[in-house]
Amino acid sequence: MSAYSITEPSSRAKWTAGILVTLYAVITMVPLLWIVATGFKTPSDAISYPPKVFFEPTVEGYVNVFTTRTRLSPEALAALPPPANFAEEIVRQYDMVIAGPSRFGERFLNSVIIGFGSTFLSIFLGTLAAYAFSRFKIPLKDDLLFFILSTRMMPPIAVAIPIFLMYRQLGLSDTHLGMILLYTAVNISLAVWLLKGFIDEIPREYEEAALIDGYTRFQAFYKVVLPQAATGIASTAIFCLIFAWNEYAFAVLLTSGTAQTAPPFIPTIIGVGGQDWPAVAAGATLFLVPVMVFTILLRKHLLRGITFGAVRK
Amino acid sequence: MAEVELRDVTKAFGSSVAIEDLSLTVPDGAFVVLLGPTGAGKTTTLRLISGLERPDKGTISIGGRNVTSETPAQRDVAMVFQQYSLYPHMTVRENLAFPLRSPILRTPEDEIRQKVHAVAEVLRIAHKLDNKATALSGGEMQRVSIGRALVRQPSIYLMDEPLSSLDAKLRAELRVELKRIHADLGATLLYVTHDQIEAMTMATHVGVLDHGRLVQFGTPREIYERPVSLYVAGRLGLPRINLLPAGLFAGAPAGARTIGLRPEHIVQGAGKPAHVVRVEHLGDQTRLHLTLEGHDIVTLTDVHTDLEPGDTVAVEPRNPLYFDASGACIA
Repeated sequence: MSAYSITEPSSRAKWTAGILVTLYAVITMVPLLWIVATGFKTPSDAISYPPKVFFEPTVEGYVNVFTTRTRLSPEALAALPPPANFAEEIVRQYDMVIAGPSRFGERFLNSVIIGFGSTFLSIFLGTLAAYAFSRFKIPLKDDLLFFILSTRMMPPIAVAIPIFLMYRQLGLSDTHLGMILLYTAVNISLAVWLLKGFIDEIPREYEEAALIDGYTRFQAFYKVVLPQAATGIASTAIFCLIFAWNEYAFAVLLTSGTAQTAPPFIPTIIGVGGQDWPAVAAGATLFLVPVMVFTILLRKHLLRGITFGAVRK
Repeated sequence: MAEVELRDVTKAFGSSVAIEDLSLTVPDGAFVVLLGPTGAGKTTTLRLISGLERPDKGTISIGGRNVTSETPAQRDVAMVFQQYSLYPHMTVRENLAFPLRSPILRTPEDEIRQKVHAVAEVLRIAHKLDNKATALSGGEMQRVSIGRALVRQPSIYLMDEPLSSLDAKLRAELRVELKRIHADLGATLLYVTHDQIEAMTMATHVGVLDHGRLVQFGTPREIYERPVSLYVAGRLGLPRINLLPAGLFAGAPAGARTIGLRPEHIVQGAGKPAHVVRVEHLGDQTRLHLTLEGHDIVTLTDVHTDLEPGDTVAVEPRNPLYFDASGACIA
């Protein structure tokens, strides 16, 4: 038992807080866990009523999300050699064979290229702009910053039609570059404003010390400012990635083939005779993974961000 | 090491003039202390010499070379800031090596290692070399930031109140250390402070700034014993100089308006009677607060005095300073 302190919460307060946080976490986790669970159910388990909490897991949904299948007549099926692998075996139970891979893989790859590409571009441009806004005397600085922010004052989808027409004219429709530019345009105002806040917090004295230590301004920027802005860059990157990764409306409107991302694709996974919920859930589960991994990788910086203000100045 | 010269330098920030027609020469190998209250332009002077600010008017030369339009890196100066001086994402060792790794110096790694160790030994931070810069105490941080200046041999070391954030004991230690470094390296230093003890103990020359102008430049003794004005006289001396109407005592020269009495200018036991208001025993000295015809006087007395409030003590000036109506020192 530590010494009495008025700033240290009592153990009862800690317990209450712990229970509330756990409860909140459980409530938010339920839909997520439900999707993950559905991905491992059979189609009939997925739609059974009452819903099944305990079930026999199967990777059927994952097989279906990655393949296209064809129904064969019983005679043709009987004539086939025994199934070569587990996927084939699952599919045969429904009197079908695997006809080829689905488009899920390439759509997923498109999401990775467009999501991470636009995040990188937003952070790159945003950091440079934020640094300039934070450190240099710029004419009409406040107006420019307001202008940058004003691009977020209406939902981006409100300008969908002009963008659709412009993209068709410019040949950017259904291209990776077009989607990267679009998501960057939406994210850049957020990136500039968030990063400017973080860079404002870094005292100028560090750069001045580096200038006197014999470095140029650009060297001072990447050797001294960037490492200290890492926390801000990491959290801004997560925000940008989550937006670009989850964006649905523009993706539906502007992509259909080569550059289609996973969000508009997943709902189109339709099985024979109704929605194949386990396949949709399997696709959604896989779709969660990259953002989760990215966030876990940057978690250290996020936590440091919370305690950053605590160090002695 | 080199002589640094400022000639007719003016610098304004918006409408407020920080430095006005400042001419100052820091002789090669000197330890110059700039004294002045907040806002007198001390830090601006350092920033102008380092190149972090450009003067509006005037020239700055280092070692005879006009550097007015050069970048900080080209000027080859080292600066110790008052605070925020360590790169928090680096270890102590990386902090110390940072100036040596600059594109201008490009020191070989084995030489860096050797220099960093030498400086760390001098500043007694060798055992902390692999700590993160943020894991140090305030005193250690400031020693590292002084060390980051000392690893180089620049034209001049600029120090902006480097000891002000430290506790009294460490400040006393580092005062001695800086003085020793100055003597050993033959370095040229320009040091800004408002601590008169630092000025008196370390400086070979003291410059007194008032609203961006240099009002007096000389040895610490000159500044203390022969101040040119009331303002300068008030900068040095503890307790502060007592300023009284010149007519209070006989013998004032013509034109004198104010008499300036430092404790050593006051003879006790003869002359006009003064009332003891308070006796402060500080240990190594005892301060006596007196009133003389309605004027407050603070002076020193015997450490083991048995004077008490309410007593009367006679006082008389001896070789005091006289100032005319404009504040200039006469006689």
